[in-house]
Amino acid sequence: MTTASTQTASTQTDALVIDGVEFGSRLIMGTGGAPSLDGLGAALLASGTELTTVAMRRYSPAETGSLFQLLVDHGIRVLPNTAGCFTAKDAVLTAELAREALETDWVKLEVIADEQTLLPDAVELVDATEKLVDRGFKVFAYTNDDPVLALRLENLGAAAVMPLGAPIGTGLGILNPHNIELIVSRASVPVVLDAGIGTASDAALAMELGCDAVLLATAVTRAQNPVQMGEAFKHAVIAGRLAKQAGRIPRREHALASSAMEGRAEFL
Amino acid sequence: MNIKLNGADHTLSDDASVTTVVSHITGRVVDSSGQAADGRKIGVAVARNSEVVPRSQWAATALAEGDELEIVTAVQGG
Repeated sequence: MTTASTQTASTQTDALVIDGVEFGSRLIMGTGGAPSLDGLGAALLASGTELTTVAMRRYSPAETGSLFQLLVDHGIRVLPNTAGCFTAKDAVLTAELAREALETDWVKLEVIADEQTLLPDAVELVDATEKLVDRGFKVFAYTNDDPVLALRLENLGAAAVMPLGAPIGTGLGILNPHNIELIVSRASVPVVLDAGIGTASDAALAMELGCDAVLLATAVTRAQNPVQMGEAFKHAVIAGRLAKQAGRIPRREHALASSAMEGRAEFL
Repeated sequence: MNIKLNGADHTLSDDASVTTVVSHITGRVVDSSGQAADGRKIGVAVARNSEVVPRSQWAATALAEGDELEIVTAVQGG
Protein backbone atom coordinates (compact mmCIF):
# COMPACT_ATOMS: atom_id res chain seq x y z
CA MET A 1 0.00 0.00 0.00
CA THR A 2 2.80 2.37 0.94
CA THR A 3 4.50 1.75 -2.38
CA ALA A 4 1.32 2.31 -4.33
CA SER A 5 0.57 5.63 -2.68
CA THR A 6 4.17 6.80 -3.16
CA GLN A 7 3.90 6.00 -6.85
CA THR A 8 0.65 7.90 -7.14
CA ALA A 9 2.26 10.91 -5.50
CA SER A 10 5.19 10.78 -7.89
CA THR A 11 2.94 10.76 -10.96
CA GLN A 12 1.03 13.71 -9.59
CA THR A 13 4.20 15.78 -9.35
CA ASP A 14 5.32 14.67 -12.81
CA ALA A 15 4.36 17.99 -14.35
CA LEU A 16 5.26 19.13 -17.83
CA VAL A 17 7.21 22.37 -17.51
CA ILE A 18 7.51 24.70 -20.48
CA ASP A 19 9.06 28.12 -20.07
CA GLY A 20 8.59 27.82 -16.31
CA VAL A 21 4.87 27.03 -16.56
CA GLU A 22 3.65 23.70 -15.13
CA PHE A 23 1.01 21.54 -16.77
CA GLY A 24 -0.62 18.51 -15.18
CA SER A 25 -1.65 17.17 -18.60
CA ARG A 26 0.87 16.20 -21.26
CA LEU A 27 -1.76 16.35 -23.99
CA ILE A 28 -1.78 19.57 -25.99
CA MET A 29 -4.84 19.90 -28.16
CA GLY A 30 -5.48 21.66 -31.42
CA THR A 31 -8.91 23.00 -32.26
CA GLY A 32 -9.02 22.53 -36.03
CA GLY A 33 -11.66 20.37 -37.65
CA ALA A 34 -14.41 20.56 -35.01
CA PRO A 35 -17.86 21.14 -36.51
CA SER A 36 -19.12 23.23 -33.57
CA LEU A 37 -17.77 25.19 -30.61
CA ASP A 38 -19.97 23.28 -28.16
CA GLY A 39 -18.74 19.91 -29.36
CA LEU A 40 -15.19 21.17 -29.29
CA GLY A 41 -15.53 22.36 -25.70
CA ALA A 42 -16.82 18.95 -24.59
CA ALA A 43 -13.99 17.11 -26.37
CA LEU A 44 -11.36 19.42 -24.86
CA LEU A 45 -12.74 18.87 -21.38
CA ALA A 46 -12.78 15.08 -21.89
CA SER A 47 -9.16 15.16 -23.04
CA GLY A 48 -8.03 16.92 -19.85
CA THR A 49 -5.84 19.28 -21.88
CA GLU A 50 -4.52 22.45 -20.25
CA LEU A 51 -2.92 23.97 -23.35
CA THR A 52 -4.61 24.34 -26.72
CA THR A 53 -3.69 25.86 -30.05
CA VAL A 54 -5.71 28.35 -32.05
CA ALA A 55 -5.19 29.94 -35.46
CA MET A 56 -5.35 33.68 -36.20
CA ARG A 57 -7.79 34.75 -38.91
CA ARG A 58 -9.79 37.80 -39.95
CA TYR A 59 -12.42 38.81 -37.41
CA SER A 60 -15.89 38.05 -38.66
CA PRO A 61 -18.88 39.71 -36.97
CA ALA A 62 -21.06 36.84 -38.26
CA GLU A 63 -19.14 34.32 -36.14
CA THR A 64 -21.19 33.24 -33.15
CA GLY A 65 -19.32 32.58 -29.92
CA SER A 66 -15.68 33.16 -29.21
CA LEU A 67 -13.18 30.32 -29.19
CA PHE A 68 -10.81 32.45 -27.11
CA GLN A 69 -13.53 33.01 -24.53
CA LEU A 70 -14.37 29.29 -24.49
CA LEU A 71 -10.75 28.45 -23.65
CA VAL A 72 -10.52 31.20 -21.04
CA ASP A 73 -13.76 29.95 -19.45
CA HIS A 74 -12.40 26.40 -19.22
CA GLY A 75 -9.07 27.56 -17.76
CA ILE A 76 -7.19 26.27 -20.81
CA ARG A 77 -4.09 28.20 -21.77
CA VAL A 78 -4.01 29.43 -25.37
CA LEU A 79 -1.17 28.65 -27.75
CA PRO A 80 -1.61 30.66 -30.96
CA ASN A 81 -0.12 29.18 -34.11
CA THR A 82 1.09 30.61 -37.39
CA ALA A 83 -0.78 28.05 -39.51
CA GLY A 84 -1.06 29.02 -43.15
CA CYS A 85 2.21 30.97 -43.23
CA PHE A 86 4.66 30.10 -46.00
CA THR A 87 7.36 32.64 -45.17
CA ALA A 88 9.23 33.79 -42.07
CA LYS A 89 7.94 37.31 -42.71
CA ASP A 90 4.27 36.24 -42.57
CA ALA A 91 4.90 34.03 -39.56
CA VAL A 92 6.51 36.87 -37.61
CA LEU A 93 3.65 39.26 -38.38
CA THR A 94 1.07 36.60 -37.45
CA ALA A 95 2.88 35.90 -34.17
CA GLU A 96 2.92 39.61 -33.36
CA LEU A 97 -0.81 39.87 -34.03
CA ALA A 98 -1.43 36.82 -31.84
CA ARG A 99 0.62 38.34 -29.03
CA GLU A 100 -1.49 41.48 -29.19
CA ALA A 101 -4.84 39.73 -29.51
CA LEU A 102 -4.34 36.98 -26.95
CA GLU A 103 -1.82 38.60 -24.62
CA THR A 104 0.70 35.76 -24.72
CA ASP A 105 4.25 35.62 -26.03
CA TRP A 106 3.96 31.89 -26.67
CA VAL A 107 3.64 30.88 -30.29
CA LYS A 108 3.48 27.59 -32.15
CA LEU A 109 5.62 28.40 -35.14
CA GLU A 110 4.43 26.74 -38.31
CA VAL A 111 6.04 27.73 -41.59
CA ILE A 112 4.94 25.34 -44.26
CA ALA A 113 6.44 24.69 -47.66
CA ASP A 114 3.36 23.86 -49.72
CA GLU A 115 -0.28 22.93 -49.34
CA GLN A 116 0.09 19.40 -50.63
CA THR A 117 2.49 18.16 -47.94
CA LEU A 118 2.06 20.89 -45.30
CA LEU A 119 5.62 19.99 -44.33
CA PRO A 120 7.72 22.62 -42.56
CA ASP A 121 10.06 24.68 -44.74
CA ALA A 122 13.31 24.26 -42.82
CA VAL A 123 14.99 27.41 -44.13
CA GLU A 124 12.05 29.72 -43.37
CA LEU A 125 11.51 27.96 -40.04
CA VAL A 126 15.07 28.63 -38.89
CA ASP A 127 14.84 32.24 -40.03
CA ALA A 128 11.50 32.80 -38.27
CA THR A 129 12.67 31.12 -35.06
CA GLU A 130 15.66 33.44 -34.89
CA LYS A 131 13.54 36.55 -35.50
CA LEU A 132 10.82 35.58 -33.01
CA VAL A 133 13.28 34.65 -30.25
CA ASP A 134 14.91 38.04 -30.87
CA ARG A 135 11.53 39.73 -30.37
CA GLY A 136 10.98 37.99 -27.06
CA PHE A 137 8.64 35.20 -28.17
CA LYS A 138 8.63 31.73 -26.62
CA VAL A 139 8.80 29.66 -29.76
CA PHE A 140 7.27 26.18 -30.02
CA ALA A 141 8.83 25.14 -33.29
CA TYR A 142 6.85 22.73 -35.45
CA THR A 143 9.57 20.85 -37.30
CA ASN A 144 10.35 17.90 -39.50
CA ASP A 145 11.43 14.72 -37.71
CA ASP A 146 15.02 15.74 -38.39
CA PRO A 147 17.37 15.44 -35.38
CA VAL A 148 19.80 17.96 -36.86
CA LEU A 149 17.17 20.62 -37.50
CA ALA A 150 15.58 20.03 -34.07
CA LEU A 151 18.86 20.70 -32.34
CA ARG A 152 19.43 23.80 -34.46
CA LEU A 153 16.05 25.19 -33.42
CA GLU A 154 16.83 24.53 -29.76
CA ASN A 155 20.20 26.26 -30.09
CA LEU A 156 18.46 29.27 -31.66
CA GLY A 157 16.38 29.56 -28.48
CA ALA A 158 13.18 27.60 -29.16
CA ALA A 159 11.27 26.93 -25.92
CA ALA A 160 10.10 23.56 -27.24
CA VAL A 161 10.65 21.54 -30.38
CA MET A 162 7.71 19.80 -31.99
CA PRO A 163 8.71 17.15 -34.50
CA LEU A 164 5.98 15.67 -36.67
CA GLY A 165 5.03 12.01 -36.51
CA ALA A 166 3.58 12.18 -40.03
CA PRO A 167 2.21 15.00 -42.22
CA ILE A 168 -0.64 17.06 -40.73
CA GLY A 169 -4.03 15.40 -40.83
CA THR A 170 -2.82 12.09 -42.26
CA GLY A 171 -3.33 10.00 -39.13
CA LEU A 172 -0.42 7.80 -40.23
CA GLY A 173 1.12 7.74 -36.76
CA ILE A 174 4.86 7.97 -36.11
CA LEU A 175 6.62 7.15 -39.36
CA ASN A 176 10.17 7.39 -38.04
CA PRO A 177 10.28 6.38 -34.37
CA HIS A 178 14.06 6.15 -34.50
CA ASN A 179 14.41 9.82 -35.42
CA ILE A 180 11.96 10.86 -32.69
CA GLU A 181 14.02 8.91 -30.13
CA LEU A 182 17.18 10.56 -31.41
CA ILE A 183 15.62 14.02 -31.15
CA VAL A 184 14.52 13.28 -27.58
CA SER A 185 17.92 11.91 -26.55
CA ARG A 186 19.72 15.08 -27.57
CA ALA A 187 17.17 17.73 -26.56
CA SER A 188 17.29 19.77 -23.40
CA VAL A 189 14.01 21.58 -24.11
CA PRO A 190 10.65 19.77 -24.10
CA VAL A 191 9.95 17.64 -27.19
CA VAL A 192 6.32 17.58 -28.26
CA LEU A 193 5.24 15.05 -30.88
CA ASP A 194 3.03 17.08 -33.17
CA ALA A 195 0.98 15.98 -36.19
CA GLY A 196 0.18 12.66 -37.78
CA ILE A 197 -1.43 11.06 -34.74
CA GLY A 198 -4.32 8.83 -35.77
CA THR A 199 -5.39 6.99 -32.66
CA ALA A 200 -4.60 6.53 -28.98
CA SER A 201 -1.79 3.99 -29.43
CA ASP A 202 0.16 6.53 -31.57
CA ALA A 203 0.14 8.96 -28.64
CA ALA A 204 1.17 6.26 -26.20
CA LEU A 205 4.07 5.35 -28.51
CA ALA A 206 5.19 8.99 -28.68
CA MET A 207 5.39 9.08 -24.90
CA GLU A 208 7.16 5.70 -24.77
CA LEU A 209 9.76 7.09 -27.17
CA GLY A 210 10.45 9.75 -24.56
CA CYS A 211 8.49 12.74 -25.84
CA ASP A 212 7.45 15.19 -23.13
CA ALA A 213 4.01 15.78 -24.59
CA VAL A 214 1.80 15.11 -27.61
CA LEU A 215 -0.10 17.65 -29.71
CA LEU A 216 -3.03 16.55 -31.82
CA ALA A 217 -6.26 17.94 -33.21
CA THR A 218 -8.03 16.10 -36.00
CA ALA A 219 -7.54 12.68 -34.38
CA VAL A 220 -10.06 13.92 -31.81
CA THR A 221 -12.12 16.56 -33.62
CA ARG A 222 -12.80 14.35 -36.66
CA ALA A 223 -13.22 11.09 -34.75
CA GLN A 224 -16.72 9.60 -34.92
CA ASN A 225 -17.08 10.33 -31.21
CA PRO A 226 -14.75 13.22 -30.35
CA VAL A 227 -15.54 13.25 -26.62
CA GLN A 228 -14.78 9.55 -26.27
CA MET A 229 -11.62 9.90 -28.36
CA GLY A 230 -10.52 12.88 -26.25
CA GLU A 231 -10.76 10.71 -23.19
CA ALA A 232 -8.91 7.87 -24.94
CA PHE A 233 -5.99 10.21 -25.65
CA LYS A 234 -5.96 11.45 -22.08
CA HIS A 235 -5.36 7.88 -20.88
CA ALA A 236 -2.98 7.03 -23.74
CA VAL A 237 -0.62 9.87 -22.89
CA ILE A 238 -0.63 8.95 -19.21
CA ALA A 239 -0.07 5.26 -20.03
CA GLY A 240 2.78 6.00 -22.42
CA ARG A 241 4.47 8.28 -19.92
CA LEU A 242 4.18 5.70 -17.12
CA ALA A 243 5.51 2.95 -19.38
CA LYS A 244 8.49 5.08 -20.36
CA GLN A 245 9.29 5.81 -16.72
CA ALA A 246 8.70 2.20 -15.66
CA GLY A 247 11.29 0.93 -18.14
CA ARG A 248 10.22 -1.65 -20.68
CA ILE A 249 11.73 -5.12 -21.03
CA PRO A 250 14.32 -5.54 -23.75
CA ARG A 251 13.19 -7.00 -27.09
CA ARG A 252 14.47 -10.58 -27.55
CA GLU A 253 14.71 -12.75 -30.58
CA HIS A 254 13.52 -15.92 -28.86
CA ALA A 255 10.93 -16.75 -26.25
CA LEU A 256 11.75 -16.52 -22.56
CA ALA A 257 9.54 -18.57 -20.27
CA SER A 258 8.13 -16.70 -17.34
CA SER A 259 7.27 -19.92 -15.49
CA ALA A 260 10.18 -21.88 -14.01
CA MET A 261 10.99 -25.22 -15.68
CA GLU A 262 12.14 -26.65 -12.34
CA GLY A 263 9.70 -28.64 -10.24
CA ARG A 264 7.45 -29.67 -13.08
CA ALA A 265 5.34 -32.75 -12.48
CA GLU A 266 6.37 -35.71 -14.57
CA PHE A 267 3.82 -37.53 -16.66
CA LEU A 268 4.06 -40.91 -18.24
CA MET B 1 -12.25 58.58 -46.07
CA ASN B 2 -12.07 55.18 -47.71
CA ILE B 3 -10.06 52.32 -46.28
CA LYS B 4 -9.85 48.57 -46.75
CA LEU B 5 -10.92 46.55 -43.74
CA ASN B 6 -10.15 42.83 -43.92
CA GLY B 7 -10.04 43.14 -47.67
CA ALA B 8 -13.37 44.97 -48.12
CA ASP B 9 -13.97 48.66 -48.88
CA HIS B 10 -15.24 50.81 -46.02
CA THR B 11 -16.06 54.48 -45.76
CA LEU B 12 -15.29 56.11 -42.41
CA SER B 13 -15.57 59.61 -40.97
CA ASP B 14 -12.37 61.60 -41.38
CA ASP B 15 -11.55 61.58 -37.65
CA ALA B 16 -11.78 57.77 -37.30
CA SER B 17 -9.11 56.05 -35.24
CA VAL B 18 -8.30 52.35 -34.91
CA THR B 19 -10.49 52.30 -31.80
CA THR B 20 -13.46 53.53 -33.85
CA VAL B 21 -13.09 50.66 -36.27
CA VAL B 22 -12.48 47.95 -33.62
CA SER B 23 -15.50 49.18 -31.71
CA HIS B 24 -17.62 49.24 -34.84
CA ILE B 25 -16.69 45.76 -36.08
CA THR B 26 -16.85 43.98 -32.69
CA GLY B 27 -19.87 45.88 -31.39
CA ARG B 28 -18.07 46.42 -28.08
CA VAL B 29 -17.18 49.66 -26.32
CA VAL B 30 -13.38 49.98 -26.27
CA ASP B 31 -11.66 52.26 -23.75
CA SER B 32 -8.59 54.42 -24.36
CA SER B 33 -6.23 51.63 -23.22
CA GLY B 34 -7.62 49.30 -25.90
CA GLN B 35 -9.56 47.05 -23.50
CA ALA B 36 -13.26 46.29 -23.80
CA ALA B 37 -15.30 48.38 -21.39
CA ASP B 38 -17.33 45.28 -20.38
CA GLY B 39 -14.19 43.87 -18.70
CA ARG B 40 -14.01 40.74 -20.87
CA LYS B 41 -11.08 40.09 -23.18
CA ILE B 42 -11.61 41.58 -26.60
CA GLY B 43 -9.23 39.08 -28.23
CA VAL B 44 -8.48 40.94 -31.46
CA ALA B 45 -5.35 42.49 -32.94
CA VAL B 46 -4.92 45.09 -35.64
CA ALA B 47 -2.39 45.48 -38.42
CA ARG B 48 -2.34 48.75 -40.32
CA ASN B 49 -0.55 48.55 -43.65
CA SER B 50 1.12 45.31 -42.50
CA GLU B 51 2.36 46.74 -39.20
CA VAL B 52 0.90 45.75 -35.84
CA VAL B 53 -0.78 48.57 -33.95
CA PRO B 54 -0.46 47.81 -30.21
CA ARG B 55 -3.80 48.11 -28.38
CA SER B 56 -2.37 50.92 -26.26
CA GLN B 57 -1.97 52.92 -29.50
CA TRP B 58 -5.40 52.22 -31.00
CA ALA B 59 -6.98 55.45 -29.72
CA ALA B 60 -4.05 57.60 -30.78
CA THR B 61 -3.73 56.04 -34.23
CA ALA B 62 -5.64 58.14 -36.73
CA LEU B 63 -6.44 56.48 -40.02
CA ALA B 64 -5.65 57.87 -43.44
CA GLU B 65 -7.21 57.55 -46.88
CA GLY B 66 -6.29 54.22 -48.49
CA ASP B 67 -5.16 52.51 -45.28
CA GLU B 68 -5.36 48.75 -45.24
CA LEU B 69 -6.51 47.38 -41.90
CA GLU B 70 -6.51 43.75 -40.87
CA ILE B 71 -8.39 42.84 -37.69
CA VAL B 72 -7.78 39.26 -36.59
CA THR B 73 -8.90 36.99 -33.81
CA ALA B 74 -8.42 33.42 -32.60
CA VAL B 75 -10.28 30.76 -34.58
CA GLN B 76 -10.18 26.97 -34.63
CA GLY B 77 -6.94 25.58 -35.96
CA GLY B 78 -3.72 23.74 -35.38
